[in-house]
Amino acid sequence: MGLTIGIVRESHPGERRVATTPEVASQLMKLGYGVVVQSGAGAEASFSDDAYRATGCEIAASARDIYDHCDIVFKVRAPEGDELGMLRSGQTLISFIWPAQNPDLLKTLTEAGVTALAMDSVPRISRAQKMDALSSMANIAGYRAVVEAAQHFGRFFTGQITAAGKVPPAKVLVIGAGVAGLAAIGAAKSMGAIVRAFDTRPEVKEQVESMDAEFLMLDFKDEDGAGEGGYAKVMSKEFIAAEMALFAEQAKDVDIIITTALIPGKPAPRLITAEMVESMKDGSVIVDLAAEQGGNCELTEPDQVVVKNGVSLIGYTDLPSRLAAQSSQLYGTNLRHLLTDMTPEKDGELVVDMEDEAIRGATICIGGETTWPPPAPKLSAAPKAAKPAAAPVAIPETKKSAAGPVMAMALGGLALFGLGAVAPPSFMAHFTVFVLACFVGYMVIWNVTPALHTPLMSVTNAISSIIVIGAMLQISSADSLIMWIAGFTVMITSINIAGGFAVTRRMLEMFRK
Amino acid sequence: MNSAGIVTVSYIAATILFILALGGLSNQETARRGNWYGIIGMAIAVLATILGVVTQHYTLLLVALLIGGSIGLMLARRVQMTQMPELVAILHSLVGLAAVLVGFANFMDHSTALTGVELTIHSIETYLGVLIGAVTFSGSIIAFGKLSGRISGKPLMLPARHFLNLGLLLVAIWCGREFAQQAAVGGGMVPLVIMTVIALIFGIHMVMAIGGADMPVVVSMLNSYSGWAAAATGFMLSNDLLIVTGALVGSSGAILSYIMCRAMNRKFLAVIAGGFGTGGGTTVSGGEVEGEVVPIQPEETAELLANAKEVMIVPGYGMAVAQAQHTVYEITKALRGKGINVRFGIHPVAGRMPGHMNVLLAEARVPYDIVFEMDEVNEDFPNIDVSVVIGANDIVNPDAQEKPDSPIAGMPVLEVWKGGTTIVLKRSMATGYAGVGNPLFYKDNTRMLFGDAKDSLDAVLKAL
Repeated sequence: MGLTIGIVRESHPGERRVATTPEVASQLMKLGYGVVVQSGAGAEASFSDDAYRATGCEIAASARDIYDHCDIVFKVRAPEGDELGMLRSGQTLISFIWPAQNPDLLKTLTEAGVTALAMDSVPRISRAQKMDALSSMANIAGYRAVVEAAQHFGRFFTGQITAAGKVPPAKVLVIGAGVAGLAAIGAAKSMGAIVRAFDTRPEVKEQVESMDAEFLMLDFKDEDGAGEGGYAKVMSKEFIAAEMALFAEQAKDVDIIITTALIPGKPAPRLITAEMVESMKDGSVIVDLAAEQGGNCELTEPDQVVVKNGVSLIGYTDLPSRLAAQSSQLYGTNLRHLLTDMTPEKDGELVVDMEDEAIRGATICIGGETTWPPPAPKLSAAPKAAKPAAAPVAIPETKKSAAGPVMAMALGGLALFGLGAVAPPSFMAHFTVFVLACFVGYMVIWNVTPALHTPLMSVTNAISSIIVIGAMLQISSADSLIMWIAGFTVMITSINIAGGFAVTRRMLEMFRK
Repeated sequence: MNSAGIVTVSYIAATILFILALGGLSNQETARRGNWYGIIGMAIAVLATILGVVTQHYTLLLVALLIGGSIGLMLARRVQMTQMPELVAILHSLVGLAAVLVGFANFMDHSTALTGVELTIHSIETYLGVLIGAVTFSGSIIAFGKLSGRISGKPLMLPARHFLNLGLLLVAIWCGREFAQQAAVGGGMVPLVIMTVIALIFGIHMVMAIGGADMPVVVSMLNSYSGWAAAATGFMLSNDLLIVTGALVGSSGAILSYIMCRAMNRKFLAVIAGGFGTGGGTTVSGGEVEGEVVPIQPEETAELLANAKEVMIVPGYGMAVAQAQHTVYEITKALRGKGINVRFGIHPVAGRMPGHMNVLLAEARVPYDIVFEMDEVNEDFPNIDVSVVIGANDIVNPDAQEKPDSPIAGMPVLEVWKGGTTIVLKRSMATGYAGVGNPLFYKDNTRMLFGDAKDSLDAVLKAL
């Protein structure tokens, strides 16, 4: 039996998620681990103790039991209060930790000798996408933001023409087209709203348009807002001024604004001012997904829904938790992927491979040492650096190819001229036929579909045994040696004729729809 | 009745029918009709010749036709679809041999009297016909040996082989000059025989030096040569039907060779010069790939396939070796029954002959409208959930795009790694023909299913 994984009930008030669903638990057991779940851990996310038991999990009465007996603890939120005291040296903790925002917690965990993996620190490399819990949660938050907006918005999202009159569609502006923004765009779009989106990174334009939303372009000298690891960065003053003007103009027009603008490690940028809120129509809704980091809107109050100037401002910071069953399932799956990578032998033994970029990035402390922040990820710079190196190679090749055909044509022309000067007319007649036939062949063969290349070869093979005619011309010779040679030639070529056509037929019979 | 006129008209009819036969192959619906055009054309040509030109020895002619025809039919009926490349190669050798024999017979027949330039040209035509015929003959025999595994597929690298070839070429040209001069005074047998021997050696040497991966090029090149041999014979006999048909076949083979070369991003001359890579032999440098391989079991493979929406199957020569095409189709049927969109992506040089994979899949009754060319499907890979690579290696090697110094750099490849999960069926971790390691096997979304392709797929089918 391998190590034991413990899943505790989240102690943070209002947190409904659980780190592992019964389905994920059964897959963890396939990796060789034992799974112990605290009684009632999944209750808020609609996973009963019985459901866990049914997949083979043990149920523990208290969190203390789990911390005392399990080698690995799975959590959603970072441990707080009593939990910190219960962690043992050598124990592995996997949860959201936010080491940058919580240096004290990082220190406590290091000193306790815990091996801590922060799900928020998994690097954004394509290989680690399957364990990117931030994206999973952002996706849910984006979806839920639209649902919350709909709750507080007094009208339909979709436009309708009914017997009772015409209903215009709602207009939704999504600021920040990251994972959450795109999820919000998708949800609002599928409810029938007119969706516009803004982002400082021009490369997301395509993604936005692929979801059938309108991308608001800023008429501005091309400043790229893309920072390290696919996140946005702080923009210049001029850019922000132009951006604010755009928002002010949009605020008068749209019914719902969903803001998702975040810059890693910085307070959320102020994008919607009090004046803009004032300019919005009564009954409008603003959902501020950045409320926890100070809010994109000046008037948002974290964890509250407030109505100011007739506009509902939603500042919930626990949107994923409000969709607990879904978030638990995705988060649990992220954890499982991480654990799959850390259990190469599938024997329930955890291996912290500090050479693995994804695991290295997530591990913030191990064996009493702090290992955060990790070395910078390798990817963002690579594609750009490679380009200039490749370009010079291509140039000489294209130059060479231009001269080639001209030379070949000139040589061919000369050769033909030389031939025409000496050859007798009888030969030239045959030669004409030959050249024309080559061209006909060229034209016809290019049309042959690649799937039929093998039948083409066998049929051309059969046809090329037309050489049998040559042998037949000779078979009537008086010279008996020539006659026998010709006879033999006729025999072998007729093998070819019959074999070639028959096998082609056999092959073509097989090609069917 | 003007018999010569009727023969000519029949030849024109045969020519047109041959062109229609090739044109018919442009798609599957008209292909069968095309083959019939070819058969009718050949029948008309042969009948017209027997009735209009042949004056005696009918018995010998008919007996030869009958024996040859029945051997041919038997071969065609017995051959397995995986052995098609061998059959095509051995049939090419017969055309080559025929060209040599017709050339010799024509040379020994002194009934037509030519003089001056016409005689010289006629001699050159005879000489060329025999030369090309002999190269085709011996080259095809070696290709047959390599394809059927009787001769090792490894390129044979003689020291200074380019100089050897050049020397052979020079001797052949010198013999040609001697031959033309001696033929003018009634001799010339000796240079002709020497040249034939040289051409045979040249053909053997040329194909021996070519590696297994380049076999599709060789087969189509020999196809082309057999056409040129027929055309040269046509010049020699002043027969337009032979010239036209030879030219058609010759250009067909040449185009196929060109397509195959382009599919491997190789220069035609480099293929003919033999070997793979510039260093000679198998290139090992840059072939080392580091990383971890994730194996998978047939049951898991079945589960992955059953849960996918879009599946792409990429077959290679390994499927032909393992005779796995029928199992592949059974799996395809099972998956399609579950509403999963299964398609096949075929690389132009997959297998040992142009279109080899298509024929195998057709034999297994895979409908041809789910079999696609590389260019048709390559853009779709990001939407594919599971790709199954069966016994293919170099044609799915990401190094061709990513590593400019790789021996296969620039070769178009099927971008399977862009899809969700790639399952690679392979017997071991050995390299492909190019001798290059394949980083695909080490990608995170790649799973290796080791073992004989047929056994593995049978297990997958059972699990489905």
